[in-house]
Amino acid sequence: MSEMPIATTRSAAGMPTARLAVWWIIASEIVIFGGVLGSYIMHRLAHGIWADYAANTNTEIGLINTFVLLTSSLAAVLAHQAAERGDGQRAANLLYATTGGGLVFLCIKGYEWSYEISHGMTITANTFWSFYYTAAGIHALHVIAGMILMVITAGWAKKNEHLHRVEIIGVYWHFVDVVWIFLFPLLYIAK
Amino acid sequence: MSDHAETADGHDEHGDSHYIKIYFWLLGLLIVSYIGPEFGIQWLTLITAFGIAIVKAYLVTVHFMHINLTPRYVVYTVATSLIFMLLFFAGAAPDVMKDSGTNWQKPAWIEAERAYEAGEVSGVADHGDDHGAGHGDEAGHGEESGH
Repeated sequence: MSEMPIATTRSAAGMPTARLAVWWIIASEIVIFGGVLGSYIMHRLAHGIWADYAANTNTEIGLINTFVLLTSSLAAVLAHQAAERGDGQRAANLLYATTGGGLVFLCIKGYEWSYEISHGMTITANTFWSFYYTAAGIHALHVIAGMILMVITAGWAKKNEHLHRVEIIGVYWHFVDVVWIFLFPLLYIAK
Repeated sequence: MSDHAETADGHDEHGDSHYIKIYFWLLGLLIVSYIGPEFGIQWLTLITAFGIAIVKAYLVTVHFMHINLTPRYVVYTVATSLIFMLLFFAGAAPDVMKDSGTNWQKPAWIEAERAYEAGEVSGVADHGDDHGAGHGDEAGHGEESGH
């Protein structure tokens, strides 16, 4: 099959199409997460009882998960650096490490949720827990989506193909990290 | 890799050590945000939890996502989303956080339900018998209803 011409750079936009696209996605994601977090904040301020509900979340688990995501973000940005240098193999290894971080995050989340659910703190228990599972659940779905894309990108990077995509998936992953940076104090610290 | 050339100047200024340094800053701030609330001082908790979250988000956005190397309109687009979030909050918060306003007042059942959740009363007349045992648990663990 002959090579299909693909417009990878828009001169009018002043940046590669893929990078422009990921920033558009992030701008739309801010509205989604912003709506959920904004709603959470106003309800949390209006209902003092929510502090009692929040006291049941495990701060240490939230702390460990934040550490895991920050570490995976470091791996993602180092993968980007390796791709910049044309070192596809190292970029792929670092992307796999980032994916591993996502997996650890999800495993810890699974343990945390199973404990909470088994103790009656379910999504239907009350409005606080509805917000808790919705916000963290949407975030977890983004982590899963990022991991899938990361593995695909790592496969290309290993063959030194599409190395510019390492940066694109990295930017997305950092955004997922930023969302968690705000979820951590909201759900685990403010009690 | 051709599209990397245009940003290579900015990226190449930083080696891996720069990102590792930022990472340790982030970890340091994370520890502070964890320790801060232990003192039990509300303003300190707000600063260490949410103030530091903003600093951490800034560090990730600038140093890891390189938003400062994107065209200015990208920053404006992201900022617009944040402004929409604030507009949503400003528009919706009064309905949630206040009991009354100009030409409107919350129905009585909302306050009754709030008091019920807070454990200030033992039952809510409008709810009937379906709700019961679970309500009033100190952490709301056993609440079955879809309030």
